[in-house]
Amino acid sequence: MDLNFTAADLAFRQEVIEFLEAELPKAIATKVKADIAVTKQDTEFWHATLHKRGWLTYSWPKAFGGTGWDPVQQFIFEEECAAAGAPRILPFGIKMLAPVLMAFGSKGQQDHWLPRMCDGSDWWCQGYSEPGSGSDLASLKTTAVKDGDDYIINGQKTWTTLGQYANMIFCLVRTDGTCKPQAGISFILVDLATPGIDMRPIRTLDGGYEVNEVFFTNVRVPASNLVGEENKGWTYAKYLLAHERNGIANIGISNQKLSRLKQLSLTQKRAGKPLAEDPLFAARLARLEIELRNLETTNLRVLDGFSKGAGPGPESSMLKIIGSELEQNFDDLTRRALGRHAQAHTPEVFEPGYNGPQVAPKNMANQSATYFNKRKVSIYGGSNEIQKNIITKMILEL
Amino acid sequence: MDFQPTEERRMLVEMIGKFVQNEYPLKGRLDAGASELGYNFQAYAQMADLGLIGALFDEEIGGFGGAGFDIATVFTELGKGLVNEPLNDTALASGYILAQTGHLDWVKKIISGEKRVALALIENGADYDWYLPETTAISSGDGWKLTGEKTSVKFAHGADAVIVSAKTNTSDGLSLFLVTGNAPGITQHRFQTVDGGSACDISLADTPSLLLGVEGGSYEIIDATAARCTLALCAEALGIMDSIKTMTVDYLRTRQQFGTVLGKFQALQHRMAQMLLEIEQAKSAVTNAARDLNAPTDERNRAISAAKYSIGRIGCYLAEEAIQLHGGIGMTWEYDLGHFAKRLVMIDHEWGDQDHHLMRYAQS
Repeated sequence: MDLNFTAADLAFRQEVIEFLEAELPKAIATKVKADIAVTKQDTEFWHATLHKRGWLTYSWPKAFGGTGWDPVQQFIFEEECAAAGAPRILPFGIKMLAPVLMAFGSKGQQDHWLPRMCDGSDWWCQGYSEPGSGSDLASLKTTAVKDGDDYIINGQKTWTTLGQYANMIFCLVRTDGTCKPQAGISFILVDLATPGIDMRPIRTLDGGYEVNEVFFTNVRVPASNLVGEENKGWTYAKYLLAHERNGIANIGISNQKLSRLKQLSLTQKRAGKPLAEDPLFAARLARLEIELRNLETTNLRVLDGFSKGAGPGPESSMLKIIGSELEQNFDDLTRRALGRHAQAHTPEVFEPGYNGPQVAPKNMANQSATYFNKRKVSIYGGSNEIQKNIITKMILEL
Repeated sequence: MDFQPTEERRMLVEMIGKFVQNEYPLKGRLDAGASELGYNFQAYAQMADLGLIGALFDEEIGGFGGAGFDIATVFTELGKGLVNEPLNDTALASGYILAQTGHLDWVKKIISGEKRVALALIENGADYDWYLPETTAISSGDGWKLTGEKTSVKFAHGADAVIVSAKTNTSDGLSLFLVTGNAPGITQHRFQTVDGGSACDISLADTPSLLLGVEGGSYEIIDATAARCTLALCAEALGIMDSIKTMTVDYLRTRQQFGTVLGKFQALQHRMAQMLLEIEQAKSAVTNAARDLNAPTDERNRAISAAKYSIGRIGCYLAEEAIQLHGGIGMTWEYDLGHFAKRLVMIDHEWGDQDHHLMRYAQS
């Protein structure tokens, strides 16, 4: 047993740090660190920058043009990207659809879709949840009916993140309504320019716009867009969920939030003294830091298991629960640290050319909106209640 | 012993309930909250006409209430409807100060809704510590001139006047001053608040003002004002909690997943049961604070801090739990819950958060 990073790991970390220093524009990093939504152009620019270096597909195996990094290297890369304020890599194509295509797609599908998600030709979004099918995803009702060489899709998807920027969507659809719900679901790729698709925005409680409803009315999709076999979609979706969890503990982001909060606690004051000297606040902060150090090791223990051949499994549910709650707790404590200024909602200070007065410190101008927005992380991607069901069933075997 | 409200307060509850239900749609509240003023002036005037401001003050100064339970009753009912009009910020606080310092002409106009007066105590670096102002007042031949910066003054925009705390050049004690909204040397930076409303940072430079009460002698008045306003906030939170509970229970009763309603899952039943227990505790905390509002200062402040700590802790917990139990729908602007949750959490940021009051209680 050796719990230290190897010399090679440390050299690798240095390489990542140098790359980020050279390539990540400060203006983008400032927005990311303040939890201001980056633009479509910011994300496309960052994807292209990573792609040029061969790192956009860092989580892919070498055979498909990935880096072949081991889980520890992937972890280091994610951690440094978060610390630097790099925009997140859009997960929908690179981290969610790609592993499914590699495992279950045809050679033709792999050759066509994988390069396009790397060079920016396609922006993917996800069509899973429906108004009546959230946690109970298998009850989904959107249908795909075979008609010659096509499927005809009817129904409604919801919570489609950044669908407004996307040109492609992967969907779970019902192709057999006569059997057990899980056994009648298929996985299909849909061009959003196809007639009959209507994407409508959903405004979130913080006033932001990142999710959508997608309506399908007699949408004709070539049968060649079906991934794998008809009615096997649930298996693929479960495979996808397990792979999506790679990096789900969000250690890098929590570490970045920890250091930002420590900085803030030196400048904020309570009873005339720095907030860091307030014993109740100091205890709250210490508790979160301890949780984070624990989670770092939990995460590395799980990754070590993966690198010894254990595929992503129910352990990722554990990382998702702890990681999402910890991230929320950092946003919660940061909001508390802002005191009176937490109430100010002034995202206008990030608008280009703004030179008016500021209420809260600039990197905190959106903090309460962020706190409310981040309530989503314990809901999306399979709510934490569903993750606990998985743990109960798969690990505890209850 | 009798915990039932008096007949008068029952009528007050009924009247406010009707007003909220019939004349205060949430959509209008959100639109007004996003406006320049941050609230609906017509609704404010209507509430004044209904006597809701009068209910916050003693008979001897022109009101017809003023007891802890009057304040708690009004704000609990307003909280249920997420009413945003600043009865706390531009009437209760300033009205009490102006009454204590003998300016009954102002109080009369505040009760009628004709005048709104905001309260500027807090400064940068002293978030909940209103006793630490650096704003200074200098006596000149024709009155007092104020210089300094106040922050996060709720609903100061559009107010007729602002009451400002300061230290004078001749006294270490706290003094209070009345500044009219358009006085020379006053600049306001208005901003939006995340719970839907407006606040201002106010800068004063040699701004002429009127001394309220005795120079250097206003600590006790501010402390008693803080107690009143904190009680009102706690009561507002209690009303919001009640609405959040109703929404969440309704959702658990109707939302179907896995072939049955969510309310049939024991894990969720127990979480809802816990929410109910916490709300009952919050209600008792507000009851204690209302009872002790006119008790000797130490006793009063302990009850106020106990209530604000309880409300702060329970409020944040409830807001988060209610959103989680709703799932995605609880994250949307279109569904009412999120707006109630935002206000409930932000209440912890006014008049001292839960840690501030826990410490004050421990040290008292």
